[in-house]
Amino acid sequence: MSETPMPIWEVFVRARAGLAHRHAGSVHAADAEMALQAARDTYTRRGEGLSLWVVPSAAITASDPADRDSLFEPTADKIYRHPTFYEVPDDVGHM
Amino acid sequence: MYTQALNQKDVAPAAGPAEDPERLARFEARVAAEDKIEPNDWMPAAYRRTLTRQISQHAHSEIVGMLPEGNWITRAPSLRRKAALLAKVQDEGGHGLYLYAAAETLGTSREELVDQLLSGKAKYSSIFNYPTLTWADIGAIGWLVDGAAIMNQIPLCRTSYGPYARAMVRICKEESFHQRQGYEIMLTLARGTEAQKAMAQDALDRWWWPSLMMFGPPDAESAHTDQSMRWKIKRFTNDALRQQFVDATVPQGHFLQLSFPDPELRYDEEAGHWRYGAIDWEEFRQVLAGNGPCNRERLEARRRAHAEGAWVREAALAHAAKRRARRAAERQAAE
Ligand SMILES: [Fe+2]
Ligand SMILES: [Fe+2]
Repeated sequence: MSETPMPIWEVFVRARAGLAHRHAGSVHAADAEMALQAARDTYTRRGEGLSLWVVPSAAITASDPADRDSLFEPTADKIYRHPTFYEVPDDVGHM
Repeated sequence: MYTQALNQKDVAPAAGPAEDPERLARFEARVAAEDKIEPNDWMPAAYRRTLTRQISQHAHSEIVGMLPEGNWITRAPSLRRKAALLAKVQDEGGHGLYLYAAAETLGTSREELVDQLLSGKAKYSSIFNYPTLTWADIGAIGWLVDGAAIMNQIPLCRTSYGPYARAMVRICKEESFHQRQGYEIMLTLARGTEAQKAMAQDALDRWWWPSLMMFGPPDAESAHTDQSMRWKIKRFTNDALRQQFVDATVPQGHFLQLSFPDPELRYDEEAGHWRYGAIDWEEFRQVLAGNGPCNRERLEARRRAHAEGAWVREAALAHAAKRRARRAAERQAAE
């Protein structure tokens, strides 16, 4: 196809005040305003959100799944980062 | 189903290199353990190809599926029905977009996917090649066609590919309204005048068999069921889903006091299933091959819409480029 590709935007929706924006999917649009319009029509037809972010997909840098072990595995053996690692007598009460 | 593509054979490109057996084994173990596969993860080429075909066919079906119902929006019998139908058809457009977005994460661009539909290379569900002759057809589509779609889509919420599964969750939440509004239309007609009742019966007569065909050919003829089941792209066989649909739907039809156009339909007490007569698979093959009552009309409508929207897409891109250039110039002037 000779048609110029329409840029892709990732869409993030905040469902309620107090919640973080969450990835919903993507839309194609020529610019940010149109991306917001398209995101509204596509992802919030039933009150799914109160706020939208659109981000050019190309602007996202993602970690490589191949690095998953080297990036995230080391945290698995650092159990001293969790409260249950520490012994506090029951008599002390809830802490 | 919307995913009848699964019944086409997957043809690997001639020079496709063999998969690394170690990676393949690791991949299959992940899928077997119900781990989800995400866009950047390694996956076998055949998994990527099959999924791209399946998800895009599903997307095309949603988009083409807007046409038969869109046919009745301006002639809906009341404002209530019109608002509901308009919302339903808009939902179907949304479903198409969620699914295209999921398919694109596998590396095929939206432009290519649309091109495959318009060139006739990609398929869409056979069901949308039947005409909507009366208002009762809108009731029958919501009740039967969306009902069949739900049967197929609920298990796909647990499919192995993350973006597809997430799109299906969103879609399933919206489908139940579709089916209920259709059944409500059928119920209203079935409780109406003799002429209305006859209209409902006629719609059921025409949509029943094509709805059963939506689930695809019988398991014995279904080309790639094993691999698709193992990869959790497909979670139940065609015949299992079809039986589930018949069991759920027949009592609903009887509640409407309508009859099914199948003299062999009977309840099998022992098995607890409704048994149905032979499906005309020749008709199904003809419709898939492009010889259904509306194939040409549907593709024509999509091609026309795409061509007539071209100037809008071009203008939007040109406008965006101009504004970007203007902003850049302003920034430079300010420095
Ligand atoms: Fe849909
Ligand atoms: Fe639907």
